[in-house]
Amino acid sequence: MISFENSQRIEQQRRYAESIARDLIRPNARYYDDHEHEFPWDFANLIWNTARKSIDSLGPDAALFDERYMLQFHINEMISWGDIGYYLCLPWPALGGIFIQVVGTEKQKERLREKFKSDRPTWVCMALTESHCGSDASAIRTRAVRDGDSWVLNGEKLFVTTAKMSLIESDGTLVVWATIDPAAGSRGIRAFIVEAKTPGVKITKLEKKLGLRASETAVVILEDCRIPLENMLGGESSTGFKGAMATFDAARPAAAAAGLGVARAVVEFVKEQLALNGIKIRYGVPRNLLTSIERDIVDMEAQLRATWLLVVKTAWLIDQKKPSTVESSMCKAKAGDVVTKIAQKGIELMGSLGYSRKLLLEKWMRDVKVIDLFEGTGQINRLVVARRILGYSSRELK
Amino acid sequence: MYSFEPTDEQKIIIEAARKLAAKEFRTRMRDADEDGKPDPEWMRSGWELGLLPASIPEEYGGYGERSALTWALAAEELAWGDLSAALALSAPNLVAIPILLCGTADQKKEMLPHFCGESYVYGSAALMEPRMDFDPNSLKTTAVKKNGKYILSGVKCNVPFAAESDWILAYAFFEGKCEGFLVSKGAKGFIVKEREQNMGMKAFPLYSVELRDCEIPSSQRLGGEAGCDFGLILNCSRVALSTMAVGVARAAYEFALDYAKNRKAFGEMIAQRQSIAFTLADMITEIEAARMLVWEAAWRLDEKKNADREAYAAMNFAADMSLMVADRAVQILGGYGFIRDFPVELWLRNARGFGVMEGIAIA
Repeated sequence: MISFENSQRIEQQRRYAESIARDLIRPNARYYDDHEHEFPWDFANLIWNTARKSIDSLGPDAALFDERYMLQFHINEMISWGDIGYYLCLPWPALGGIFIQVVGTEKQKERLREKFKSDRPTWVCMALTESHCGSDASAIRTRAVRDGDSWVLNGEKLFVTTAKMSLIESDGTLVVWATIDPAAGSRGIRAFIVEAKTPGVKITKLEKKLGLRASETAVVILEDCRIPLENMLGGESSTGFKGAMATFDAARPAAAAAGLGVARAVVEFVKEQLALNGIKIRYGVPRNLLTSIERDIVDMEAQLRATWLLVVKTAWLIDQKKPSTVESSMCKAKAGDVVTKIAQKGIELMGSLGYSRKLLLEKWMRDVKVIDLFEGTGQINRLVVARRILGYSSRELK
Repeated sequence: MYSFEPTDEQKIIIEAARKLAAKEFRTRMRDADEDGKPDPEWMRSGWELGLLPASIPEEYGGYGERSALTWALAAEELAWGDLSAALALSAPNLVAIPILLCGTADQKKEMLPHFCGESYVYGSAALMEPRMDFDPNSLKTTAVKKNGKYILSGVKCNVPFAAESDWILAYAFFEGKCEGFLVSKGAKGFIVKEREQNMGMKAFPLYSVELRDCEIPSSQRLGGEAGCDFGLILNCSRVALSTMAVGVARAAYEFALDYAKNRKAFGEMIAQRQSIAFTLADMITEIEAARMLVWEAAWRLDEKKNADREAYAAMNFAADMSLMVADRAVQILGGYGFIRDFPVELWLRNARGFGVMEGIAIA
């Protein structure tokens, strides 16, 4: 039966996340934008020591909850409403950890669980992109060569979120994608687990970014990095990309949800400012009679809600173990458009005040652009949707 | 817990509506549009779906409970077949649903069985007024109470089946609020004027109507002395139009997708070009997004939650979406999108109506 009633459990946990977002995150959002490469330790410690006991999606047993993704996306949205950079600072399994939880061997899963029992915040990062390829992940050049009882990894990885936190600041994990057979294209690609402090893995650069500055984005280099054979994700029988696709499907709505948190912050802030200036939005009135500002607000809110419901529906599909590739890419592509436009519009509506660094609007616009870029650009996600609706292979629709 | 799975019963209704829409609506759509009148088969075969009687409780002659959501699910399919057909088939709702929602016990007892019979009966509502600043919340048509009767005066436009219906629910301003008044066929001062000549919805007869000191017995005020919840009726109207907008858009999208997969240019199908493929991806995404808003608003109506914002958002979004999708469909067909041998121009004309036509359907 169709229902738009959220579970009480999720609603309660979301409200708890809201208190963190409002009291701890938002007041510090500007500080970390101004102090790139500093890390909000108070937040990470709070999540690790306290909050993850109350928010199931952040804990080590997240996979046991049957509305796991519905919960996770609600939390993503809420934390990102506070600050989207903080969302990416969360000490939790994140994308790399979810890969381990979904396709890892029992031993790999157990090792991950152990790490999350540590008394210090721990991170898992994932490295896929390289300097010459992003969306075209089948073109990666990082090599994994078998040598006796080890895999030896060599290559350079870009845009690795929380690499420093995972490899240096905690006893965390790097999940890195490499090819075992460059001639085999995407079929040669496997993921490998590299533990913190493994010799041969190092961070050479922290990127300076347009936004998202509370979140660290690193270049990771692997130089004759030797790991045990058993560290191939999923073990010897790993199917590489194939087994991992469902996890990518969950990463897209997750990103969309985070972006929508920022967009909601924009709309709420602008509406508060309008109200303070005595401007009331007349809902329910035919649109040809609305003022331009009213129309912008009404449209922004409708876009926000519609896109959020696409995310919610996608979460429901994934939690129900139904295929969600089309819906995942639809909501991500749409969110990329909607959140960037809302953030840009927010500044316009506030005039020069919106452009000032005294307010967060300009920061939100810089931050949220990433939603149309990572986890597949808007174009890539359209390509995914288009191939599915047309029944075309990647050869038929390039 | 959120869920997006219709009930088994709803799935059966959707399937039946889809079949009917494909078999009876779509096939007769073009001729009806050219003739400017609904095909009688639409109402005859459509009535067999039993959508309205299934919304009316047994005590009033029906056999079910109203669900705006169930109706919206069915109406998307009907409008996918043809918008005029969907509007014509659902015109009895215009009287029956407001009575069901806001009518007095006597009004329900007297009027509702009328809409639960073996065959279709016309119904109508007069809400819109012919001026560019028309706002359903602020009507120029007025009702004045005099000697125990209401006197209605004003001019209405786009009144469905005004000439055919036995009962028309006319909306007028009374004591600063929008109220409904049941006008019977031939009532003195109820003057049906010319057929409206609109760009679309051409097979759905709409009329211009004048209320010239039209006298209405006090028992025929919707909801009696207490009046009606007009906001609720308006929300039901907005849900109805927005679900139909989704249906029309889906029709245009599906046709364009099929065309693009079969039209060759420069050695390959045009759908194999990203500019076409991405356009189709955007079309289906917007359709799905609008559908979510419609479902949420309809669900809120069924849950008796306030749906003012949701129904308004759904209608605004779906109206824009439908127009965009139909326009893109015409674009994908190129010249064929512009000629009347193909259905796409009809969908574009129909889609333009959603943002400007209020109160011609009720969910």
